Amino acid sequence: MSESRSPIINRRGFVAAGAAGAVALGMGGSIGRARAAQPVKVGLLLPLSGSLAREGQSCKRGAEVTPALLADLGMPVQLMIADTETNIDTARTRAEKLIADGAQVLIGAFESAQTLAVAQVCEQRGVPLVINIAAAPNITEQGFKTVFRNFPTAPRLVGEGLSLMKDLFKASGVTPSKAVFMHNNDTFGSAMAGAVGKIFPTLDMPFAIAETISYDGAARDLAVEVGKAKATGADLLILVAHGEDSIKVIREMVKQRFEPKAIVSPGSPGMYEVQFYKTLGKYADYSMTNLPWINPKSKMSQALLAAFAKAYPDALFEMNVGYTFEAILIAADAAKRAGSPEPKALLEVLPATNITDHVMIGGAITFDAKGQNNNTRSATIQNFGGKPLVVLPAEAAEAKPVFPVPGWQQRG
Amino acid sequence: MSVDLVNQIITGLLTGLVYSLLALGLSVIFGVVRVVNFAHGEMTALAMYGAWALSTYLDLDPLVGMPVVVVVMFAAGYLLQRGLVDSFVGKPEHMQFILMVSLAIIMVNSSLLGFGPDAHGIQVSYGFDTYEVGPLLIDKVRLLAAGASLAISLMLMAFFRLTLMGKAIRACADNLVGAKVIGLDVKRLYAVTFGIGTACVGAAGALLSMLIDVMPPTGPELTLLAFIIVIVGGLGSMTGALLGGMLIGVSEVLAGYFLMPSMKSMFSFAILILVLVLRPQGLLGAKR
Amino acid sequence: MKQRLALLALVAAFALAPLAAGPYLLSVLMLVLTMAYLGQAWNIMMGFAGQLSLGHSLYGGLGAYVAAALFVQFGIPGALGLVAAIAVAVAAGAVIGALGFRFGVKGVYFALLTIAFAEFTRVLFEHIPGLGGPGGLFLPVASRAGVDLLYLRGHPLMFYYLILAMTVGIFLLCRRLLESRLGFYWLAVREDQEAAAALGINVFRAKMWAVMLSAGLTAAGGVFFAFYYNTLFPTQAFGMDRSISIILAPIVGGLGTLFGPILGALILTPLGETITWGTEALGFNAAGLKQLFYGLALLGIVKFLPDGVWPWLRRRLGWDGDEDGSA
Repeated sequence: MSESRSPIINRRGFVAAGAAGAVALGMGGSIGRARAAQPVKVGLLLPLSGSLAREGQSCKRGAEVTPALLADLGMPVQLMIADTETNIDTARTRAEKLIADGAQVLIGAFESAQTLAVAQVCEQRGVPLVINIAAAPNITEQGFKTVFRNFPTAPRLVGEGLSLMKDLFKASGVTPSKAVFMHNNDTFGSAMAGAVGKIFPTLDMPFAIAETISYDGAARDLAVEVGKAKATGADLLILVAHGEDSIKVIREMVKQRFEPKAIVSPGSPGMYEVQFYKTLGKYADYSMTNLPWINPKSKMSQALLAAFAKAYPDALFEMNVGYTFEAILIAADAAKRAGSPEPKALLEVLPATNITDHVMIGGAITFDAKGQNNNTRSATIQNFGGKPLVVLPAEAAEAKPVFPVPGWQQRG
Repeated sequence: MSVDLVNQIITGLLTGLVYSLLALGLSVIFGVVRVVNFAHGEMTALAMYGAWALSTYLDLDPLVGMPVVVVVMFAAGYLLQRGLVDSFVGKPEHMQFILMVSLAIIMVNSSLLGFGPDAHGIQVSYGFDTYEVGPLLIDKVRLLAAGASLAISLMLMAFFRLTLMGKAIRACADNLVGAKVIGLDVKRLYAVTFGIGTACVGAAGALLSMLIDVMPPTGPELTLLAFIIVIVGGLGSMTGALLGGMLIGVSEVLAGYFLMPSMKSMFSFAILILVLVLRPQGLLGAKR
Repeated sequence: MKQRLALLALVAAFALAPLAAGPYLLSVLMLVLTMAYLGQAWNIMMGFAGQLSLGHSLYGGLGAYVAAALFVQFGIPGALGLVAAIAVAVAAGAVIGALGFRFGVKGVYFALLTIAFAEFTRVLFEHIPGLGGPGGLFLPVASRAGVDLLYLRGHPLMFYYLILAMTVGIFLLCRRLLESRLGFYWLAVREDQEAAAALGINVFRAKMWAVMLSAGLTAAGGVFFAFYYNTLFPTQAFGMDRSISIILAPIVGGLGTLFGPILGALILTPLGETITWGTEALGFNAAGLKQLFYGLALLGIVKFLPDGVWPWLRRRLGWDGDEDGSA
C-alpha cells in the first residue's frame, strides 16, 4: 500500500498523463489547466479480498490510473487505498484509520452494507464520502450531510433498464411477448428484484413476466433454474446476476437449448466481464446489459480508456472503473473549487458540484439535497466478438443492436 | 412426470455422483483418522486450480490431467498429515476445527494471491455437447464426470476390501489399540489415509473443474456440501457417501423445481438436521 | 489477588482509553470488546459445559433481527427489544439443545447440528421480505449525538462504554456462575458426562442451562451490533464467518477460562491490525496477504499453545495458585 500512498508517478502514469494532457488542452470548457494546487488526500475503501474481491480489484484498477489523468487537469490527487476484506467491521475500522492517516475525503465502498458502515464514520468525523458504487436506496435516505452518491439507486437502474428495452424493440421492430426474470438472491439482486416488482407494472411494457426465478448465487449449478426458465416458454430472458453466475446461466442455456430472442440484464454485472468472454467464447456474444456505461464519444473517456489499456492490457474496462474514476474526479473537482483540500472546505462545495465533462453517459454530475446524483443514465451494451459495444442510446452508439439474436447453433 | 423433470433429475444424479467422490474423501479421513476436515472444500478448490493450470498451460484435458492432480494431492495430504495434522489426532474437535479453519484461511488467500479474484473455468472442446436420448438431453460433461467419479469410487472400495494395506487401514479404524498391538505402523497408515482422502478431493476437483468455475470463495461452499452428504449417507460409510451424493443432488433439483431455487440449500440443511436428530449414524452408517 | 488487580487495571485502561486514544484506536478497542463479550458468551456453552457450538451466529443474528425489526416496524425502543431478542434466542437455544441432548447428538454431530440450524436460518431470513431479505434491514441513523440508552441511539462513545459495561458484566456473571452449584455441574459434565450422571447431576438440565444462557447473552451482543452498525444482512448476521469469529478469541485465549476470551480478543484484533500495518509498511499491498499471515499466526497459536495463551501465561507469571487460578 505504500506504493499507492504516494501519487502514482511511474512510467505508465507519465504516458497516461501525456495522453490526458492533450485532451485537457483541447477541452477548455469546465475544467481547464490550473496551477499545481495542494493534492487532496483521497482514502479509497474497497473489498480487495473476500467474496467481493473481483469487483473491488476492478475498482482499484480504475483508481490507479486516475491520479495521473487528474494531475494533468490541474487536480492533484493523492490516493490511499485500503482493503475492507468484504467485512463491515473491517470497513469501519479502515475508514477510521484512513481518516487518522490524513484522508480528507473517502471513496467507496462498492457494496451497500460496507458503504453504510463507512458513511456513519464519515458523518461522525465530518469527512465527505463520495460513493463510487452502491445501489441500496436507503443510503441516501438517512439524512447524511456528508454522503454523496454518483451511482443510480436500484429503482433507477431498473427503470432505465426497462425503458431501454422498449427502445430496443422500437429500433428493431420486433417485440417479445413473454419474459422470464431470473435474479441472484443476493443483496444487489434482491434490491433489483424488488424494484422490478414495483416499476414493471407502471411502465406499460409490451410483454408480461411469466415467472420470476430467484436463485442462490452460491449454488454450484444452475441447471434446474435454467430448466424452469425454459419451461415457461418465454422468448426474453431478463437476468440480474452477480457476476460469474451469468456464465453458469448461459452455459446451461446452451446445453438445454433454451433460445429466447435475447438475454438482457437491466443493470447487473456479469455479461460484460472478461471471464464471461473467455469462458463462453462465441456463446458470450449478443448478450445485452442496460447499465451506466462509459461514453465512448467523450474525450475524457478516451483519455481514460487509453490510460487504462496501457496500464492493464489484459483487463477489461468496465463500469466499476468508470465510476471509481468519476468518484475521484468529484473529490478532486471539489478540492479545486474550494481552493483547499480540507474536509470542511470540501463539504461546503460538494453540494454545488456541477461537472459537465466526465466519462459516463448521462447529464452533468450534480447532487440533490440528499446527496444523490439523479442524472446518471443507462446505455444498452451488446457483446460482439468478445467485446461490449454501446448500441443504445443512438447518440452514443458504436454499433447497431442485433435483436432477435442468432440461436446457439447458428453461431460460427 | 414431465420430461423436463426427468431431465433435471438425471442432471441431479450425475452432478450428485461427482459430489459423492468429494464426500468420500471426507468420509475416509473422518472414518479412519478421526479428524474432521473443515478445510475440505478449500482443498477441492486448490485441486480445481491445479486442473485449470494443467488445462491452460499444458493443454491437458481435465480427465487426462486428473491423475497428475490426484498424485500431487495425495502427496500433499500425506505430508500434511505427517507434518501437522498428526499432532491433532485425538485432540478435542474444537482444536481440529481451528486447525482446519486456519489452513482454510491460508488456502483461500493463497489462491487469491496466486490466481487473483476472477473465476477460472476450463473450456473443453465438448464442453457444450449434449446427447439426445429420445426427448431427453444428457449433458456430455456431466456424464463423463459422473462416470469417472463412479469408477474411482469403486476402485477405492476395492482397495479397502482387497488389498493388504486397505485392510490394515480398516483395522486401524475398527480397533486402534488392536492395530497397534499387532504392530501396524499407525502413523504411516494415517498419513496414507489422509493422502487417499485428499486424492479423492483431487479427483473430484479435477472433475468439478469441468462443471463449475473456481474462484477463491468456491472452497467454503463445497465444505458444507461435503459435510451434508457425508452425514446423510453415514460418516465412515463409503456406499453411504455415494448414496448421499446422489440423494442431495436429486433433492436439490426437486427443491429447486417445486419451490424457489434460491431456497434449495435450505432444503439440504433441513435434511441434515433431520438425519442428525433422527438417524445420526446416517442412512447407511453403522450404529454408533 | 494479582489477577484481580490485573483485571482492575485492564478495566481502568479501557475506561480511560477515550481520553487518550483517537477514533481509530477506539474502533479497534470496540472490536476487541465485542469479540471478548461474544467469546465469553460462547465460552459458557463450550468452555464450561463442553458443548461445541459452531453455529453461534444464529443467536446473535436472531437477537439483532428481532430488536431491529421491532424498532424499525413498530418504533419499539432497543432496550425493550432486547428483552424480546433474548427471549427468542433463548427459545432457539432451547429447541436446539433439547433436540441435540435428548436425541444424543454429541461432539462433531452436535457441532454440525448447530451449523445446520444457523445456515438454515440464514437462507430462511433471505426469504422474509418483511425483514429486507438479502437486501438488508436498515435502521434509521437519525441521532448521532447525545446518549439515549432506552432507544440505543447516540454517540459512538456511548456504544463504547456500553460494550465495555457488557463485557465487564458478563465477566462477573461468568465468575459467579463458575462458583455456583451450576458451574460445578457444568465442569463435571464437561469432564465426564456419565460420571456426572452417576453423581446424581441432572445432565440434561445442566446442559440446557448452558445453551440457553449462552444463547441469550449472545443475542444481547447481536442487539448491540444491530444498533451500532444500523444494517443487518442475513449472510453477515448468520454466516459461518461470524460463528468462526465468535469462537476464535476464547480458543486462542484459553477455553473455559475467565480471562481467555478477553486475552484472545486482545491478541487477535490487534494482531490483524498489526499485520495490515506491517505489510503496508514493508510495501506489500497484495490483497489477501494480510489474511494469509493471520491464518499462519492462528496456526502457530493452535500448534504451539494448544490450551490457549492464558493458561500458558498464567504458568509463566506464576499465578497458578491465585484465587482465580481454577478458572
